[in-house]
Amino acid sequence: MRPWLRVAIFALPLLVAMPAAGQQFPAYRAPRMADGHPDLNGVWQAFVTANWDLQDHEAQAGPHPEVMAEYGAGPAGQSIVEGGEIPYQPWALQKKKENFANRTVTDVSSDEKWHELGDPEFKCYMPGVPRATYMPFPFRIVQGSSPYILMAYEFTTATRIVHMGSQKGPAPSWMGWSNGRWEGDTLVVDVTEQRQESWLDRAGDFHSDQFHVVERYTPASPYHMLYEATIEDPKVYTRPWKISFPLYRRMEKNVQLLEFKCVPFTEELLYGRFRKQAAK
Amino acid sequence: MKYRFPATMGLLAIVLVAGCFSPAAAQTAAKKTVAAKTTKAPATKGTVARTPWGDPDLQGVWNDATSTPLQRPTGVASKDTVAGEEAEEFQEQLANDLSRDRRDGGPEVDVNRAYNEHWMDSRRLKITLDRRTSLIVDPPDGRIPALVPLSPERQKTRAARAAANARFNAGLPENYTDMSLPVRCIIRTDSPPYLPTIYNNDFQIFQSPGFVVIAPEMIHSARIIPVDGRPHLNKNLHQWLGDSRGHWDGDSLVVETTNFRTDDGVIFQNANPGTYKITERFTRVDGDTLNYEFTVEDPMTWTKPWTARIPWAKIDPAEQMYEYACHEDNYDFVHFLGGARDREKRAAAK
Repeated sequence: MRPWLRVAIFALPLLVAMPAAGQQFPAYRAPRMADGHPDLNGVWQAFVTANWDLQDHEAQAGPHPEVMAEYGAGPAGQSIVEGGEIPYQPWALQKKKENFANRTVTDVSSDEKWHELGDPEFKCYMPGVPRATYMPFPFRIVQGSSPYILMAYEFTTATRIVHMGSQKGPAPSWMGWSNGRWEGDTLVVDVTEQRQESWLDRAGDFHSDQFHVVERYTPASPYHMLYEATIEDPKVYTRPWKISFPLYRRMEKNVQLLEFKCVPFTEELLYGRFRKQAAK
Repeated sequence: MKYRFPATMGLLAIVLVAGCFSPAAAQTAAKKTVAAKTTKAPATKGTVARTPWGDPDLQGVWNDATSTPLQRPTGVASKDTVAGEEAEEFQEQLANDLSRDRRDGGPEVDVNRAYNEHWMDSRRLKITLDRRTSLIVDPPDGRIPALVPLSPERQKTRAARAAANARFNAGLPENYTDMSLPVRCIIRTDSPPYLPTIYNNDFQIFQSPGFVVIAPEMIHSARIIPVDGRPHLNKNLHQWLGDSRGHWDGDSLVVETTNFRTDDGVIFQNANPGTYKITERFTRVDGDTLNYEFTVEDPMTWTKPWTARIPWAKIDPAEQMYEYACHEDNYDFVHFLGGARDREKRAAAK
C-alpha cells in the first residue's frame, strides 16, 4: 500500500480531510491578507452537476417533458460523494425516493403542511449548505479585516456570514450558523442550525435537524480552490460522509454577481390557486 | 396587518436596547455636504479608521432606526430641530402615531396594532440624537418637493397601484400581484434608499480590497458595491436592486445606483426609471456613528432634487445579524389571499 493511502485510511475515521488539493494541484501558496491568512476574495463557481444529483447520474428528462422538452432536461454527472454512495439508513433511503417522486409537488394551503412536499429549490427557498456551493450559480467571498467573512450567492441572493471563532447559533435558519477557523491555508467552516426542511439536491437527498457540515476551502492555484465538506447526521446516515470538488474563479473582466431573485418565478405555482375567480 | 414576521427572527429584533447612540453624534462642526443646507451635519472627527488596504473602515453592524419621519409634520413646520420639552412631546407623539398603547379605533384595529407592536424595534421610537423633525434636510422645509405633472400613463399606473393597495387593505386582494413587493418578499429595505422601518433595521457592512458590501437584515440580499472604478452594467441589464458603483470622496463612500428594473414599485416613490438618479453617501463620523445620506433626483417626477440624512448607530457585536427568511415561511401571504376568498364566499351567501 502506498504510504499516502495508508495515512488517508487512518485519518478517515477522525474526519480529518485528506490533503486532496495536493493530489490534483501542485503545491501552492496563496496571496495573503494583512492578517497573514490566504486571500479568498473573488467570484467562485462549481462546475459539477451535483445539484441534479450528488451521486452518479445519467442525463435525464425534467418534469413535464411534454412542455419543457430539452429545456427541462438535466446533464449527466459523476458522483462527488467519496465512495460514490450516500450511506443512508434504510428508512431514509426510502424517504429520499419519496422526496424525488414528489420533488415538484407543492401545497402551501396549510401552515402545518407548508414544508412537507417538494424540493425547496423548486419553491425558490434558500438552499442551505453545502448545496449553495454547487448550485449552477456563482458566489462571492468577501473577506476583509473584520472577524466576519460574507458569502453572497447569486441564487435567490442568499447570503451567510461566517463568524470567525466559536459561537452558538441562535435558532435554525435556511443558511445555518457558520463558525470559521483557519487550519494552515484552509478556511474551515463549521455549519450547524440549518433548517431541517432543506434538501441537498433535486434527487431528494435530505437530512434532519441533526445535520452538521464541516466545509474546507483550500486555495489550490490563483484560479482554483478545493472545496470539501464532511456531512454527518446520525438520524439519517449510518456514518459521516464526504464530498469534494474544485471551485473555479470566474475570470471574465468585470464579472459580478447578477440577481437571481426567483420568488416571482414561483408565485403562480404557489399562490395562483388563490386568485379571485371570475363571476360565473 | 401590514407585515408578516417569522417568529424566530422578530423576537430577536425586539430586544435591541434603546439609547445607545453616541453623544458624539450630536457634535456639530464645520461644513459638510452640499445637500445639508438646513442642519449642520456632524463632520468627521479626527482621523477615520482605515482598513489595512487604506480605505476608510466602515465595517461593522449598524442600525438606522429612528422615529424622526422622512417628512416634517405640520405641527413643527417651522423648525428643523426641537429642544427640551418640545422635543420630548414630539418624540412622544411620534411614538404614539407608530402604534403605542392606544385604544381608539375599535377591537380589530386594536388587535392589529398590538400585533405590529410586538415587532417594534424600540430604537424606532426615538427621534434622531440631533433632534431633527424630518430626515429630509433639503429642501429646508423638510418635505418632498412638489410633483411635476405626470403623464396620463404614469397617472394610470399609480391609480392601479393605489387600487390594488386599497383591495389589500380591505382584506380583499384579488391575486398575489395585488400585494406590494415587500409583502411578496421580492424587495424590502435591501433596496436603496434605506429608510427606517418597524423592525430589522440592522445593516452589516463588509469590505474587501475594491469592494464594499452592505448586507441588510430585512431580506438577505447583499448589495455588492465595486469601488474599483469599473463601469456600470450595460444599460439593457436591469435588476431589482439596481447596479451600484462606489468611490471614495475623502472619508465618504459615495454610491451611485442605476439599472433598476421598471416593474411597478421597484423605484423609490415610483419615480421614472429612465431619469431617476440616487446618490448615497456613507460617512463614519466617529467610532459609533455613521452618517447615511441620500439624494434623489428625477426631473420627470419632482420639481427639484431632495436629500435626507439618517444617523446609523453601531451595534454591539453580540447583537449579531440574523437570517430573515421572508419568502420561505410567508404563511400570511396565503392567509391574505385565502381570507379574501373566504370573505367573498360569505358575502355571496348573505
